[in-house]
Amino acid sequence: MKNSLPIAFIVAVLIALWYVAAVFMNLSLQRDLFANGGRADVSFGETAIAALNMDRPKLPAPHQIVGELYRTVLDTPVTSKRSLVHHALVTLQETLLGFAIGAALGIGLAVLIVHVGLLEKSMMPWVVASQTIPIIALAPMIVVILNQFDITGILPKAVIAAYLSFFPVTVGIVKGLRSPDPLQMDLMRTYSASRAQTFFKLRAPASAPFFFASMKVAVAAALVGAVVAEVTKSEDGGLGARLLAGSYYGQTVQIWAALFAAAALSATLVSLIGLADQLVARRMGAAR
Amino acid sequence: MSPRALGNLAPPALFGAMVLVAWEAIVRFFHVPVVILPAPTAIFVRFTHSIPTLAADFMQTIQGALAGYIIGSAAGLLVAIAIDRSGFLQRGLLPLGNLVSALPIVGVAPIMVMWFGFDWQSKAAVVVVMTFFPMLVNAVAGLSSAGAMECDLMKTYGASYSQTLMKLRLPAALPFIFNALKLNTTLAMIGAIVAEFFGTPTVGMGFRISTEVGHMSIDMVWATIVVAALAGSAFFAAVALAERRATFWHASYRQRAG
Amino acid sequence: MLAPLAEEAPAIMDQRVIDIAGLSLNFVTADGPVQALSGIDLAIERGEFVSFIGPSGCGKTTLLRAIADLETPTSGAIRVNGMSPEEARSRRAYGYVFQAPALYPWRNIARNIGLPLEIMGFSAQERAARVARGLELVNLTGFGKKFPWQLSGGMQQRASIARALSFDPDLLLMDEPFGALDEIVRDKLNEQLLRLWDLTRKTVLFVTHSIPEAVFLSTRIVVMSPRPGRVHDVIDCAFPRDRSLDIRETPQFLEIANRVRQGLREGHSYED
Repeated sequence: MKNSLPIAFIVAVLIALWYVAAVFMNLSLQRDLFANGGRADVSFGETAIAALNMDRPKLPAPHQIVGELYRTVLDTPVTSKRSLVHHALVTLQETLLGFAIGAALGIGLAVLIVHVGLLEKSMMPWVVASQTIPIIALAPMIVVILNQFDITGILPKAVIAAYLSFFPVTVGIVKGLRSPDPLQMDLMRTYSASRAQTFFKLRAPASAPFFFASMKVAVAAALVGAVVAEVTKSEDGGLGARLLAGSYYGQTVQIWAALFAAAALSATLVSLIGLADQLVARRMGAAR
Repeated sequence: MSPRALGNLAPPALFGAMVLVAWEAIVRFFHVPVVILPAPTAIFVRFTHSIPTLAADFMQTIQGALAGYIIGSAAGLLVAIAIDRSGFLQRGLLPLGNLVSALPIVGVAPIMVMWFGFDWQSKAAVVVVMTFFPMLVNAVAGLSSAGAMECDLMKTYGASYSQTLMKLRLPAALPFIFNALKLNTTLAMIGAIVAEFFGTPTVGMGFRISTEVGHMSIDMVWATIVVAALAGSAFFAAVALAERRATFWHASYRQRAG
Repeated sequence: MLAPLAEEAPAIMDQRVIDIAGLSLNFVTADGPVQALSGIDLAIERGEFVSFIGPSGCGKTTLLRAIADLETPTSGAIRVNGMSPEEARSRRAYGYVFQAPALYPWRNIARNIGLPLEIMGFSAQERAARVARGLELVNLTGFGKKFPWQLSGGMQQRASIARALSFDPDLLLMDEPFGALDEIVRDKLNEQLLRLWDLTRKTVLFVTHSIPEAVFLSTRIVVMSPRPGRVHDVIDCAFPRDRSLDIRETPQFLEIANRVRQGLREGHSYED
């Protein structure tokens, strides 16, 4: 709770600064509009207000974005292609599926890496290098390849989401599985515990904080992957498709609204995981 | 190179070689069309024949990537120092920072192109947005990592805030700062390339990828990807080397010897 | 101590390095307020070596920190060299040695010892001279270019003592500096500390857990009671300044040690 006051303060300051920035950035464009419409000598006040309500502003004012959000979320039926909720649900499906695949893959890889030393040395450098390849380059190719195998719809996009989310999961879980104190590992050895027993009784519980931290990063990454994939193949809709459409047709407000929707989706998913984190932590008696 | 360094390179090199061989074999054996997945040899041929184009693309993209990297990281560090004295500002800015860094950059890119034009400046702007917050978060964590005893020591010397900052807290924060600098190298490369998808003069790695995908010249796309991966890895390695020099004293380096 | 003549009275006032009157200190913790110190009265003269001994949690470290202006008293007064602890701290009146060496790992030993000198604005030549002197004083000559992790625990602690002495404060505050070291090293360092004290004539406040250490090093021993910390007993130790470790076998030593042990037992309650 002590965090909400500073956050609220900063947000208020940012909104105020945003309005000022919007006026300044849109001013010249608005002046041109007035001049072209035959209106000369318009007062600064009127120009400023008009600048905050333009159709295609350089920087939309906050209330414009809120208005667009209201229109496309509450005023449009969910089944319509114009509804932001519809697009958000498409993106959500891809994100969740991709996240599930990526998390499973990441955990599996992490368990293997921790138990098979050679795997880490040979694979990890490549795993790291794979993350330097811009996914937006691979995305269209992955979609094309999967289309050849008649895999269409949300699955190819989920694959791309999985690609982005498996790496943070792998790195985080490897760290977590290796986090128990050497003293505790030695204790297990004195009990002649098998590898599986050591895993389930020591490594796995010890890795809980790392697990949740990497899940948060992974779900955000999966969302980014889903959006990127939608940009490359936008016929199926989704927030990325909305972004692309807005960018094509110069609908700035649409772009910002889609961006906000994506951010809100990301924040919701991350905080849900945070909630799960706290529940588990309480059960494990931690002070987290 | 020391035998140890060579020994460390062998497993990944061997693994990579195995993957390449398997890849080549699969493509040849199954007659996979080039438009789906070219063989490594085909990519290599394309690469060697297109060096001038690839070089020009690289120079264009790296401008935006480097400029954005330097500005974004520096800004993140400076803001971290600026809000260092205010716990209030920290508690307000950091959650917001985490939120912004989770925004899909494919959304920010078209906006930046609209504001800064088609050339490398808009790409740099995208990279600034992407690299600012990882640095901010890490630098704030780093500045508070100096131990209580070490801080008390400074108090007993009657040291001023800036003396404590320069002689204790900034050196102690270096491992965290370098963590962010390493992370930001990948973000810079990806940001610059992705940003080019949304508007760019007819040169640049992102431009090359998007147009060649349109032409179905997948081998050229892969050649560009190879350049991107090499550049990204070299950038990362350079920062890692600088990190080793600047933070040789940190416990993580000493553990490796033992 | 002989009674002072009337004309010497002001000089005696100057001799009082530390003057504590009615000091109490409360901490606010998550579990409620904790009274760390209660009604401490103490006067310490120049050139004394005063040990503070008591059970864990009795507030001896808190007392030292309060004198060093690292904690704020809730009530009562402390004067250091006639000034408030805050003024004394800003005038760099004392050197503080912590339980751990707290050397900065990115600086070599020489630069660590020179750290306070840099902050206090000594010239480079002056710094070099003082660092060399400090290294010699604690028998670390030749280790200046090494880094802290390359040295053993005892050597690191010696370096931190050299650091505390580098700017020549008249007052030395030491919080269980040898607690983490083994017995042999500890004995050696005790001897070296005593030699240093004899040489430099400084006033030393020394917090310890160890009865033999307290009796060996001090001119006076303050026995404290468990929380809330009070002064339970003050014992004078009249050993000569240039003593050796052999005195630990003498009957006088054992007598004083027993008195200290008695005081600790009396104050100690096993209900904690």
